[in-house]
Amino acid sequence: MAGSSGRTKRKIRWSKLYSFACFRPVTTENDPSQLLGQPGFSRVVFCNEPQLHKAKPYKYPKNYVSTTKYNVMTFLPKALFEQFRRVANLYFLLAAVLSVTSLAPFQPISLIAPLVFVVGVSMIKEAVEDWHRFLQDLNVNSRTVKVHIGDGEFIEKPWQGLCVGDVVKVNKNEYFPSDLLLLSSSYEDGICYVETMNLDGETNLKVKRCSEATLGLVNDQSFGLFRATVCCEDPNPHLYTFVGNLELKNASFPLCPASLLLRDSKLRNTDYIYGVVIFSGPDTKAVRNSTRSPSKRSRIERKMDLVIYLLFSMLLLISLVTSIGFAEFLKTEMIKWWYLSLDDNDPFFQPQRPEVSGFLQFIRALILYGYLIPISLYVSIEVVKVLQAMLINKDIKLYDEVTCKSVQTRTSNLNEELGQVEMILSDKTGTLTCNQMEFRKCSIAGISYGGDVNEIDRAASKRMNVDVESYCFSIDEFETASQSCEMFEFSVGDISTERAILGGQRHEQNYSSAENSRISNVEEEFAIKGFNFRDGRLMNKKWMYRSNLSDVTMFFRVMALCHTGIPVEEDELTHKLKYEAESPEEVSFLVAAQEFGFQFFRRSQSSMFLKEFDPPTGKEVERKYKLLNLLEFCSARKRMSVIVSDEDGQIILLCKGADNIIFDRLAENGRSYQQATTLHLSNYAEDGFRTLAFAYRKLEAAEYEQWNSIFKVAKTTIGPEREEVLEKASEMIEKDLILLGVAAVEDKLQKGVPECIDKLAQAGIKIWLLTGDKKETAINIGFACSLLRQDMKQFHLSLGRETATIPTNNQLKAMKDDILNQLESFHKLKSEEGNDNAPLALVVDGKALEIALRSDVKDQFLPLAVNCASVICCRVSPKQKALITRLVKEHTGKTTLAIGDGANDVGMIQEADIGVGISGMEGMQAVMASDIALPQFRFLGRLLIVHGHWCYKRISKMVLYFVYKNIALGLTLFYYELYSRFAGEVFYDDWYMALFNVILTSLPVISLGVLEQDVSSEVCLQFPALYQQGMKNIYFTWYRIIGWIVNGVVASLVIFLANIYTFSPNAFQKNGQVADITHLGAMTYTCIIWTVNCQIALIINRFTWIQHLFIWGSIMIWYVFLLVYGAFPPAYSQRGFRVLIEALGPAPLYWAVTLFVVVVSLLPYFIHIVIQRSFYPLDDHVIQEMKHCRKDVADKQMWERERSNSMKMTQVGVSARVDARIRVLKEQLHHKKQLIYRSVTSSPIFRSLTNSPA
Amino acid sequence: MDAKDGASDLTSSTKKKSRRPKYSQFTQQELPACKPILTPAWVILIFVAIGIVFLPIGFASLFASEHVVEIVNHYDRDCVPPNYVDNKLAYIQSSKTNKTCIRRVTIPKQMKSPVYIYYQLDHFYQNHRRYVKSRSDGQLRSKSNEKKTDTCAPERYTANGAIVPCGLVAWSLFNDTYKFSVNNKQLGVSKKDITWKSDPKKKFGSDVYPKNFQSGGLIGGAKLNSSIPLSEQEDLMVWMRTSTLPTFRKLYGKIEADLEADDIVTVTIENNYNTYIFGGNKKLVLSTASWIGGKNCLLGIAYLTVGGLCLFLAISFLLLYLFKPRPLGDTSYLSWNRSAPGGHIY
Repeated sequence: MAGSSGRTKRKIRWSKLYSFACFRPVTTENDPSQLLGQPGFSRVVFCNEPQLHKAKPYKYPKNYVSTTKYNVMTFLPKALFEQFRRVANLYFLLAAVLSVTSLAPFQPISLIAPLVFVVGVSMIKEAVEDWHRFLQDLNVNSRTVKVHIGDGEFIEKPWQGLCVGDVVKVNKNEYFPSDLLLLSSSYEDGICYVETMNLDGETNLKVKRCSEATLGLVNDQSFGLFRATVCCEDPNPHLYTFVGNLELKNASFPLCPASLLLRDSKLRNTDYIYGVVIFSGPDTKAVRNSTRSPSKRSRIERKMDLVIYLLFSMLLLISLVTSIGFAEFLKTEMIKWWYLSLDDNDPFFQPQRPEVSGFLQFIRALILYGYLIPISLYVSIEVVKVLQAMLINKDIKLYDEVTCKSVQTRTSNLNEELGQVEMILSDKTGTLTCNQMEFRKCSIAGISYGGDVNEIDRAASKRMNVDVESYCFSIDEFETASQSCEMFEFSVGDISTERAILGGQRHEQNYSSAENSRISNVEEEFAIKGFNFRDGRLMNKKWMYRSNLSDVTMFFRVMALCHTGIPVEEDELTHKLKYEAESPEEVSFLVAAQEFGFQFFRRSQSSMFLKEFDPPTGKEVERKYKLLNLLEFCSARKRMSVIVSDEDGQIILLCKGADNIIFDRLAENGRSYQQATTLHLSNYAEDGFRTLAFAYRKLEAAEYEQWNSIFKVAKTTIGPEREEVLEKASEMIEKDLILLGVAAVEDKLQKGVPECIDKLAQAGIKIWLLTGDKKETAINIGFACSLLRQDMKQFHLSLGRETATIPTNNQLKAMKDDILNQLESFHKLKSEEGNDNAPLALVVDGKALEIALRSDVKDQFLPLAVNCASVICCRVSPKQKALITRLVKEHTGKTTLAIGDGANDVGMIQEADIGVGISGMEGMQAVMASDIALPQFRFLGRLLIVHGHWCYKRISKMVLYFVYKNIALGLTLFYYELYSRFAGEVFYDDWYMALFNVILTSLPVISLGVLEQDVSSEVCLQFPALYQQGMKNIYFTWYRIIGWIVNGVVASLVIFLANIYTFSPNAFQKNGQVADITHLGAMTYTCIIWTVNCQIALIINRFTWIQHLFIWGSIMIWYVFLLVYGAFPPAYSQRGFRVLIEALGPAPLYWAVTLFVVVVSLLPYFIHIVIQRSFYPLDDHVIQEMKHCRKDVADKQMWERERSNSMKMTQVGVSARVDARIRVLKEQLHHKKQLIYRSVTSSPIFRSLTNSPA
Repeated sequence: MDAKDGASDLTSSTKKKSRRPKYSQFTQQELPACKPILTPAWVILIFVAIGIVFLPIGFASLFASEHVVEIVNHYDRDCVPPNYVDNKLAYIQSSKTNKTCIRRVTIPKQMKSPVYIYYQLDHFYQNHRRYVKSRSDGQLRSKSNEKKTDTCAPERYTANGAIVPCGLVAWSLFNDTYKFSVNNKQLGVSKKDITWKSDPKKKFGSDVYPKNFQSGGLIGGAKLNSSIPLSEQEDLMVWMRTSTLPTFRKLYGKIEADLEADDIVTVTIENNYNTYIFGGNKKLVLSTASWIGGKNCLLGIAYLTVGGLCLFLAISFLLLYLFKPRPLGDTSYLSWNRSAPGGHIY
């Protein structure tokens, strides 16, 4: 309630503006009301009679919205089903079931426990994630809203309690609980302002207005007896359509989309509204528009499935060999083995029916060799991913001080996918920009103010100066170094002032630009929101010393008068006002005007009041301007005008609009600044500023009156031609304008966005910008983020004309041809260009995109789009965003990442391989749908380039190692069968086997998965090009996978053969003892433990104490286990009794064989990495070596050179832009040098010097 | 009201502050670490080191193995009387045939005591699953477990009760016997300490006596003296340690006397055990033992081979590094420099 004092100032209601406005929102449909009652349009709502909706046929769902996957009942079956869709899990389930029968080679517990653990962990994870979703739902569903309960009484109710037909009252800045039909608002004419950013990403406020029939319902009491019936369309996902009829007191009123308030949008600038619930809960358009979040799996995990299948086929193969071999030997040999006395009816050993025994043996073998399928891989990966996610969440460098939030990995199974992203699809508002406009620069009367040298130029000249030193020595020998340097400085200065020369005031400009660049060097935080402008020539009322004072004044007047804003609050200390307006641009203009001394402080029904600084007197005077007409801004007109008369009765038309629109309407004598202004415009545009041109026109009273009468007629026109008539009328007056200048506002980028985009671009990631905003804005942001630059070839794909209605088939075909023609011409242009180096940029309009993504056009469209360095899609709907994402993903097969902050990005976030939500903003929908929530866009760079890179390498190394490790163990079991006529005896003790994946080899691989780093995070960020290893997936190719399988096979062979041939049949101890099955099992197993643990030591690049502890500890644990196990009495330890201290330990042969086996089984891999590292090093190897030799410190120049080399392929981003700029500068320098050379050589002095004999 | 709001604001702001992740070397992944890199020097050093370690071990074990004297006498074929050569089965299965067989072996080198006597069987699958599991360790351990024969199928009990020791393993006990004499002088065969020490102490009970053994329909192998407890039945204990591979040796006994070179040892063999049916071989082995056990050239040769190979690799890598050197951190190998002139394309 503290803010109410400010609100009392609002005597002037926004809606009043519309009494001047020429365009009211009108329905464009022909007459959709005739559709009512037909299929698809059958809904009936009894307003204010929710009790009628409690029973059929008018029973509609409650307003409860659920995004959870499961509920209490469905959790168990659904989650179990999900789990056992994984083939490996199904296999283990089967094995566990069989383990209770006599078929199993192991104890049941050793098969059931890991399965229960794996499935249990995954299910708990699912449950926890779903629980969080439920809590978020609960939070949304229990928000409260005022609901009418009869007799004009309103009480607070939770959202979920709402019913169709309820009348609700929504206050300012509250979200609408469901789709409401607007009945009336705090404004007398029943309009309200709505922010739909969450729905479609558009930032400007939308005007909604109620039907005239319900205008009278102005207060709570009037609803006591209110009854009405609404017939309307059935629930559907179309955000921009609504067809309905309101029946009130036997009269019928048509309803249009303008009176429907959608869930997930927000009431703005309106104190309160009354509405009736039309669609509730799952019927609302916002919910209908959302899709269920799919469960995502990473690329590596999907490939891992294939690896598992490969191992499966290996398993099947050796099981088959086992069973066939067994049956064969059973029939031919074993029958003769009297010591087996095969005469009873043991089904496993029936020589009479070898096929039955063989089949049983097959099933047994499937379980026996199950160690080939790493069940623990799933557990370990889950554990590792959770730990990885924890480390990502804990990264201080991903913590945002402002919002006090850190990164939040909501689903941990995509960690490694972060290292393989090839394409980022980004939302604009709220993601790249903070939806805040700042007044940055202006060009008044052909002079540009507000700093001239931009960041790019500064960076370029800075880098050039460094380079110049080396450059100096290479140039013509008769010029001294100092001369050339001087000349270069001159040339840089020249370029930045060239425009000024055109402007015609050379000296002054030269001076001021130097001053400006110095000013802009000093980065100062501006206290005034929306105003980031510094220029000594204008600030502090200095503008009054300018020439063209009248134009300057008029410029400021346009800023202060040509708008729809209102002052809302006054700062007590500075007496500065705050404003509210339809778009943030207008606010920034008002703020700027105030700063320049033109404070707009009051608006009345028909007047606007300014506090103007009057240059002749030097005092502040209050002036009143009568507002005669307001020609409203709309996207088709791209301009807005006000017609005011000042205190002297002079009628002036003030106009602001897009530059080309204004330039077309200039008077002959109004073009004096056009040339200079155009130049400034292009500069501003390149800096990514949004520009608006200002112009004015003085009107004679007679002319105005004549026009006004026409306009009045137009305004009262009713019917479809109204728009056209109005357009014509405004055309008549908005002409013969006099150009004043342009103002540039910056759609403020979020902190660190350009740098982040730069890094991502260097990493080779393509960035697509998808925005609901209009094309100009999108292009501006493209420039601001350096996604676009001036020397890029821009393709614009758009439809010739826009059609609001649903197109007919013929129109559709025409549009398709249009698009196809455009695409063809692009292709032609591209091939004509010839050089592939020229970066391309594609700008697509939403409507054109819709056509371009149709099945028969997309094959032409997508290849072109993918080839472009940057792609900007503007005016795209949420559905289109999702569609683009899916098509790009499917067509290119590339890993996509979508990042956004609002509900309009949800589709895209869910569709992409990785969805990232921005959690800094208030809306939670994007975060709820996302896989990873970031507080700010700028953290994306570190998340991908550091954590993604690490996680990718970790997981791929881990999976490969797992495959190796299990093959190394599993195959020895098979070899043993070869030596026992496939009889199916297990080589190792059950305990050894059970411990293998749980204790003896699990911790080192987890430490690999969590802590491994090829290079440190700093180096990752210094060399973003390293990221491409993940994009190319060079660590998980089939070549590598097969390589590791072969490595595992080799290791198992070495281990097995070395053991059996050294230990059998001779004695292995000095006392003549020979080894039995237990001894040999323990010996072989020792070798396996040593080998697999030493193998991981060879993989790991970075040893902290943890890795050392885990690796060497695991080996130690094996011996400790043998000791402890052997110390138990034989009743428990069975044949493992005293195996180490009695048999193995005292035998030197045991230790000798261990050493031998470890060295030999690791030798092939070792030789492989030695050859690779020595002669075919990968990038990370070389960089490791550079770091190792401390070359980054010792040879800084080389380090920097390599850093810049690594990014020379990038085409977007700040650095690329600086590079491009440097190229241009160098060319100019070269050109200039040649000129000088020519002038010098052709000068008579030089000739005389050279011609004169030495 | 305002004051309260302010207070709650304050608490919430301090609460927010605490959300900042705490710094620790672990969570920031900045733990001090060593990052070993395979430089040429290391590569050569490692190969040389392996060579240096492996060659002596190889020589030592080869030397030890050479010192072991081993005599293998393959007797099953020769011990069949000529008239039974075509029908060995009938010979071995008949209880009437004379199973005694005299073999003479010449000692090639002096054999220091103890000389270990082994019998070696080929193609005998003691590692067969049906065989391996057909025993009851509990029954062997203590008298109280006498009835525990459920794992012993099909040799579990006779009409008189449970068999002790039950199961196929015990039932098929090896029953050839050897007697040795040198120059007509009987050589004592010691059966003491031919088992692992833990066997008589912990695994075979001193209160367990053979019972109903080899009294069923089918006679497998040797019979046991039912007045001697299992813990003293050394042959049984040796046999019960099932072998890994189908070719195996088991200790028969020890000769606690030196055998001189060129001595002729006369072995009197009672050839009872039926290996003829499945084509297995029986061999008598006399062997001494060194620190690596019996005669085992394989390990020594393997060690020498690998040691030599590593030295060879060390030299070849040294040469490679000399002739085709790649400076550490050579930037021309970086992928982005490879397409540039001077870069390495592969």
